Amino acid sequence: MDDDPQLFDYMLRLADNGIVLAQRLGEWVGKGPALEEDIALTNVGLDLLGQGRMWLAYAREIEARYAPPGRGEDALAFLRDGGEFRNLLLVEQPNGNYADTMARQFLFDQWHLMLLGALAGSKDARIAAIAAKAAKEVRYHLERSADWMIRLGDGTELSHRRAQDAVDALWVYTGEMFSVDAIERGLVAAGVAADAASLRDPWRSAVAAVFDEASLAMPGDGWMQGASGRGGKQGIHTEHLGHMLAEMQIVARSHPGARW
Amino acid sequence: MYAQMVDTGVSKVQDVAQMTPEERAFQDRIDADVKVEPKDWMPEAYRRTLIRQIQQHAHSEIVGMLPEGNWITRAPSLQRKATLMAKVQDEGGHGLYLYCAAETLGVSRDAMIADLHAGRVKYSSIFNYPTLTWADIGTIGWLVDGAAIMNQIPLCRCSYGPYARAMIRVCKEESFHQRQGYDIMLALCRGTPEQKAMAQDALNRWWWPSLMMFGPPDAASVHSAQSARWKIKLLSNDELRQRFVDQTVPQADYLGLAVPDDRLAWNAERGHYDFGEIDWQEFHEVIKGNGPCNRERMQTRIKAWEDGAWVREAALAHAEKHAARERHAA
Ligand SMILES: [Fe+2]
Ligand SMILES: [Fe+2]
Ligand SMILES: [Fe+2]
Repeated sequence: MDDDPQLFDYMLRLADNGIVLAQRLGEWVGKGPALEEDIALTNVGLDLLGQGRMWLAYAREIEARYAPPGRGEDALAFLRDGGEFRNLLLVEQPNGNYADTMARQFLFDQWHLMLLGALAGSKDARIAAIAAKAAKEVRYHLERSADWMIRLGDGTELSHRRAQDAVDALWVYTGEMFSVDAIERGLVAAGVAADAASLRDPWRSAVAAVFDEASLAMPGDGWMQGASGRGGKQGIHTEHLGHMLAEMQIVARSHPGARW
Repeated sequence: MYAQMVDTGVSKVQDVAQMTPEERAFQDRIDADVKVEPKDWMPEAYRRTLIRQIQQHAHSEIVGMLPEGNWITRAPSLQRKATLMAKVQDEGGHGLYLYCAAETLGVSRDAMIADLHAGRVKYSSIFNYPTLTWADIGTIGWLVDGAAIMNQIPLCRCSYGPYARAMIRVCKEESFHQRQGYDIMLALCRGTPEQKAMAQDALNRWWWPSLMMFGPPDAASVHSAQSARWKIKLLSNDELRQRFVDQTVPQADYLGLAVPDDRLAWNAERGHYDFGEIDWQEFHEVIKGNGPCNRERMQTRIKAWEDGAWVREAALAHAEKHAARERHAA
């Protein structure tokens, strides 16, 4: 297909969100606020990693079509530099405290579920199938993260303040989720990609409903990082991604060609 | 092993003659392999010993998440990363089952965690060693989970029902872990010379600490004897250690790795491997808190617990407010 390079790029956007957020959640393992939370966070991380790998598998097939033989899963995960990663800025943000982690998760999950819902109707059967499968898992992620926003927002004075601070700080990264660049525009027109712009209003109302129950204030929509076509989806990241990848890729890159 | 030195609180094994009628009836049921359940009468020493043993085991699972969690962010392939995350998550689950089993004996999880943080209750010495390379993850799966299985399979038949049932669930998962660990080692040993050297180095560092997991020689231990009588310890430390060596040496041979013990040799007469002297001084130092990572492990656990306090408080506060609002609405 003519638009294979664009489709490959779009698959990396989906895959990298999963891989990068799973990497962040992996940093929590053994350090959660309660054993049950530790286990649940790891569960979410495992789901996201699994989804990332499914998107990556399809990305590889597409790349092999227009640039044979294409790269392997681990070459894509461990040998790309930061500028070649296509994840949203939101998911690479550091874990911070538990409110930061949960706010990042909630803002993402709410969008993620809506995106997957739209992708489940993609004309590309592979995309539709992966999205439908992933949506089942993400529904549970959202249930949990929304629940935590409510617990933290409603809980104590301290937890309320931390939840509000987290939301306020992360808000500038939410606009990117609804930005549509030329790559996506073409794929949307072909009925393959989801029209992210159309998700903005339903996302806002869903987030507002949870914040209302959590007695958290909706931040005002000012300038949004990366939303103008120069953000994570285009490979222009925050400083955090480079450090994350340095750690994630160190072993793989230290042994070129090795199999694990 | 995960419970290496469990104090039974007795100075000698109790004679039948000294037993009260209740104690005698209890021992008879144990001898007849009837499981003890939470609501049954049990001697105080049995209860306390079990709490200590299960607690040590639970803490070992939780602290054990740290050395392996140390490599989740650096796992060299996505497949290995996923497997390792799932493994460490399983260990958290083991900790949960075991805390629940201990709670049936009338001790709260919070109290057990306080005991761990105050250093009143130990966890396995093995988790006080550092994980320095990716090969350590393979070695831990192979040796440490392997030793755990060796110890825990007999415990599936132990006299206390909730503990025995927890062990059955745990053992299924531990054998996955062991296979996965061995698979990492196979990949390394079939890989580049650097990978093979990494595998050998990891075995060199983990071999002796793994043998220490079974605890000191128990010939003279009054605690082991009493625990055996109660069927909460079914095989001796030395028996288990020998089984472990016998099982593991051929596995090392298959990998093409050398076990770091000059005195290791097959003894045809005994039908077992002979092996060298364990450095018991090192073992006791590690148990006392002087291992390479004791302080770090405890600091990490305590920090996680303290940093999480406001989150647990928030969840509790919300639950209370929520319940109050429901009452109001009703
Ligand atoms: Fe375990
Ligand atoms: Fe265990
Ligand atoms: Fe295990």
